[in-house]
Amino acid sequence: MKTQTLTPESTPAPTPSRAAEPTEDRRKGRSKSDGWWPWLFVVPTVVGIGVFYLWPIVQTFYYSFTKWGVFGGTKFIGLDNYLRMFTDSTIPQSILNTLIYTVVVLLGIPIAVILASLIERPGLRFAALYRTLYFIPYITMPAAVGIVWRLIYNGDFGPINWFLGLFGIQGPYWTSTPGFALLAVATVGLWMSLGFNLIIISAGLREIPRELFEAAEMDGAGRVRQFVGITVPLLTPSIFFVTIVTVISGFQLFDLLYVMMGKANLAMPQTQSLVYIFYNQAFLQNDKGYAAAIGILILAIIALLTAFQFRIQKRWVNYV
Amino acid sequence: MSRSKGGKQGSNVLAHCVLAIGGLAMVSPLLYQIVMSLSTNAEVQSTPPTLWPGVVQWHNFADVFTSMNFGSQLWVTVAITVIRVIGQVLLCSMAGYAFARMRFRFKGPILAVVLSIIMVPSQLFLIPQYQIIQNLGWLNTIAGIVAPGIFSAFGLFLMRQFFMGLPDELEDAARLDGANPFQVFFRVMLPLAANGLWALVIITVLWSWNDLLWPLVVTSTANAAPLSVGLSNLQGEHANNYPILMAASLMAMAPILVMFLLMQKRVMAGIGRSGLK
Repeated sequence: MKTQTLTPESTPAPTPSRAAEPTEDRRKGRSKSDGWWPWLFVVPTVVGIGVFYLWPIVQTFYYSFTKWGVFGGTKFIGLDNYLRMFTDSTIPQSILNTLIYTVVVLLGIPIAVILASLIERPGLRFAALYRTLYFIPYITMPAAVGIVWRLIYNGDFGPINWFLGLFGIQGPYWTSTPGFALLAVATVGLWMSLGFNLIIISAGLREIPRELFEAAEMDGAGRVRQFVGITVPLLTPSIFFVTIVTVISGFQLFDLLYVMMGKANLAMPQTQSLVYIFYNQAFLQNDKGYAAAIGILILAIIALLTAFQFRIQKRWVNYV
Repeated sequence: MSRSKGGKQGSNVLAHCVLAIGGLAMVSPLLYQIVMSLSTNAEVQSTPPTLWPGVVQWHNFADVFTSMNFGSQLWVTVAITVIRVIGQVLLCSMAGYAFARMRFRFKGPILAVVLSIIMVPSQLFLIPQYQIIQNLGWLNTIAGIVAPGIFSAFGLFLMRQFFMGLPDELEDAARLDGANPFQVFFRVMLPLAANGLWALVIITVLWSWNDLLWPLVVTSTANAAPLSVGLSNLQGEHANNYPILMAASLMAMAPILVMFLLMQKRVMAGIGRSGLK
């Protein structure tokens, strides 16, 4: 059960499970429907989801074709918001920023594979302690650790620049220099997500039958060869899953950026993510029509990237 | 390679070295935060960095309450987390149960539509959600922060998956005894779903406690904001009082850290189930 929900195949589309057969039996014995009872169970949730999620999606689509007046009221302007995205240079810049951020955070996956293969060695002492240490950053509040990292990155007295100074290197003002700022934020993103990747990959690793490693050992394969020949190929479903999750959450980058840099940061235009532009347009500039169009763009990019990954998975993911 | 083949002991030493150094690096920002929260502002800004304060400044933690709206923000965070957890546990488990084990018209289509929401990024609901809260006059209230979050397509899916895996016998026995579906659900099935409920509780606590974007949108006063919003807005006014910032951020994440350390296995299993954050 635990791993069933972990595996990528079962996550997007629920497969009818064991419970399906008994339900067939029940149908013969009793009436075809459970009457109005089910509605008592589902109506509060279905209505709530309809009001707060489904209908808003429809509205957002509509808003993306409108212009919002300063004194309220909306005007239908067709595709203007979408056309504006093509001439707005902050959009491609922010897509690039989000991609760079995502690529840096993706580097956490090979690191997690190596760490997991060390932690999951049979009988390794302190394995639980190691899991705890690596997992802690994942559950910390981004708004809180963002402040801590801001201090760590401080250009004048932060420990990073002090350390670089030992080697005669003058460190930059990390969170306020374009280029460095994105790198600084992405490193924190990697730090936060490593624990999650490790948990998923460790679970995948425990599924691999130990006999495979024993057989390989008898054939004289060393640990490196076992890692390359058995561990990595059999982990590809888990790696695929964390890749999907990392890309989707990478395109949701907001919290760390907002907290580590702040609204007034002059390096923000060169560092901002799509979600940050969405927030800025919708709630600071009050240009909700344009913001809605940017929301649709985010949806389209995530959908395309996810579909693309499912498409190419056949080439590298091994389902046993 | 031949070396690693030779001695299992020897190669485990290398594994321990890598894991211990890496693990220390992972928590070092938090250790730094703890030391700085106990230092003076001058010690924070000194180079080389302070390893341990000359005199431990415990009062920094008390000062947090007087120099910012920490008390009210903590209350807001606790309140929204508790309400969301109770709401989701009740609503998602009931709906998940019905979708897993009951039959009614349009069940399949409704479920398909609800589940499709899980993959939609939140930017597609935020603007209309904000308008709903604004029209209800709920901006800057706990109700406004909480309202959309007590409903969850993801929580429904999680609970449905869990109920589908439970055996039929107990349910059938209870029904034959004349229990109505409510009684069957609350007395028989819900207790059996404890593991699934734990996963839902843990995920909801994490999301709710740490969430920033939505509360940032619906709160504009320091008193009505939760800790995540309060901390991220603090930078301007208290930007130079680093020990207070460190103490405040430490206290803001402490409850989650304590929860994790007390229930590590449950938390990791719950996150493993969650898939998406």
